Amino acid sequence: MRIRERIIETGLFFSALSSVFITLGIVIILTYESFGFFKEVAIVEFFTGTTWMPLFAEPKFGILPLVSGTLLTTAIALVVALPLGLISAIYLSEYAPHRLREMIKPVLELLAAVPTVVYGYFALFFLTPFLQNFLPELSGFNAISPGIIMGIMIVPYVSSVSEDAMKAVPMYIREGSYAMGATKFQTAFKVVIPAAFSGIAAAFIMGISRAIGETMVVAIAAGMMPNFTFNPMEPVQTLTSYIVQVSLGDVPHGTIEYRTIFAAGMTLFLMTLFFNIIGFWLRKRIREAY
Amino acid sequence: MEDIKKRIKNIKLWNGIFSIVSLLSTFVGLVLLFALMTDLFMDGAPRISYKFFTSFPSRFPEEAGILSAWVGTLLLILVTAFAAIPLGVAAGIYLEEYAGKNWFTDIIEINIANLAGVPSIIYGLLALGIFVYFFKFGESVLTGGLALALLILPMVIMATREAIRAVPNSIREASYAVGATKWQTVKWHIIPYSTGGILTGIIIGLSRAIGETAPIITVGALTFIAFLPASPVSTEFPFISFKWLLDPFTVMPIQIFNWVSRPQQGFHVNAAAAGIVLLVMTLFMNAAAIYIRYRFRKKIKW
Repeated sequence: MRIRERIIETGLFFSALSSVFITLGIVIILTYESFGFFKEVAIVEFFTGTTWMPLFAEPKFGILPLVSGTLLTTAIALVVALPLGLISAIYLSEYAPHRLREMIKPVLELLAAVPTVVYGYFALFFLTPFLQNFLPELSGFNAISPGIIMGIMIVPYVSSVSEDAMKAVPMYIREGSYAMGATKFQTAFKVVIPAAFSGIAAAFIMGISRAIGETMVVAIAAGMMPNFTFNPMEPVQTLTSYIVQVSLGDVPHGTIEYRTIFAAGMTLFLMTLFFNIIGFWLRKRIREAY
Repeated sequence: MEDIKKRIKNIKLWNGIFSIVSLLSTFVGLVLLFALMTDLFMDGAPRISYKFFTSFPSRFPEEAGILSAWVGTLLLILVTAFAAIPLGVAAGIYLEEYAGKNWFTDIIEINIANLAGVPSIIYGLLALGIFVYFFKFGESVLTGGLALALLILPMVIMATREAIRAVPNSIREASYAVGATKWQTVKWHIIPYSTGGILTGIIIGLSRAIGETAPIITVGALTFIAFLPASPVSTEFPFISFKWLLDPFTVMPIQIFNWVSRPQQGFHVNAAAAGIVLLVMTLFMNAAAIYIRYRFRKKIKW
């Protein structure tokens, strides 16, 4: 009996440990292949070069165009997702009647379940032609329409995490505010939001990290053109869509072209890791608050 | 006095405006989703037919179908489920029922929270490095399925933990009081009572895996496949074959991506039609998950 218990516990322990091995695997693979890459390309050139042409006869390895493409699409997505997500969270947490809330929440969850390729289809064949009605100079591939669609995609994440944070603010704090004659609007903005601030910030940061890592929408609708620009009307390429582009072609294992996707992946991983750590720290803070 | 009245009126006005604005922006997402669905259905519905499901991709959009894509998706999800479910549930049980409160448990927890935020394409790079080139599984169903398993593992673990946490302590104490060991308690009480929550998490995880494209492209799935992987069942002894695990494959999202990237209008119609099929698959799984959660919540009352 004892031995059986110990065997089972050990088995369960190693299952839990497997998640650590995944992280280790990611770090080791990315570091190993990037190391091979940086033996041939100077780090300074990589991080300061403004031309990304790794597949040409005379390759240029400046990551900045991919970083600018990533930041541009992310920024557009956030302009859409953060206000919409926060305002819906306020509505669901402070204004909505209970029954309506119970109906809307599953639908918002479904919004998060739509596959990203389908969102990409919408960006390319629905939103871009639609926007071209107002902006005739908009090119067929551009940063703005995948950015907007990505924003819509992230709204459910932002709103559900922010709403959880607002729901965690104890009722008596709201009641205190109402007792002073404050309206719901004043209570929401002057009492609930400041009290739930860490949680809302964590939601925003989760949204940022998701937008940075989003792949298919930009791969389909942003045009795969490494363009060092912050003009949303032009085609761009992000770190993620570059990886897709190379993976679709036939790049032999072990070559410098093959290693570029790991260098791009490393950059992406570090960017999201930075935001994930801040988000984790903020969420830890809300749990301690009340 | 007049001044105060005016201020109160002003404040109430803002409250009214905001309540309308917030209601509207909550519905913006829903309205947009509805518009997009309508657009997709109008574009793609005419192409959906029996032949669309039973044809291989083709150079001619009217003859192209999604046979290799949906078979590939099905096989891939089979591998993913076999790898992710036992591992994820076991890890969840360990962290909730066995793990002590120490720095090591903390590390595992932080690690899982972080993994959930890693972009999916990074899992693709991991699978490319480890499964394709280190273990030499090649660009196969096995590699793709394992890549997706790694991706949804954090989701399965978190869902399991949440479900187990909902089982009240009195159940555990009652079980220990009649002399049950830890594993007996877990096996006969904790797991049965948390099945609903665990199942919900698993289905949502698998539905996400079905729609996931980026990691599968990274491990080198082909975009044009006019044959099926070897059949898992055969008429000869030993009747079950695992050769399909190492066959090349394509999946629904990749087929859609491939059709979207082509210039001809006819392929865009195909992409919309395949998009409808994929969307129906994922929405169906999510609806099933919501239903299961609802059923189990109703059945179990502490």
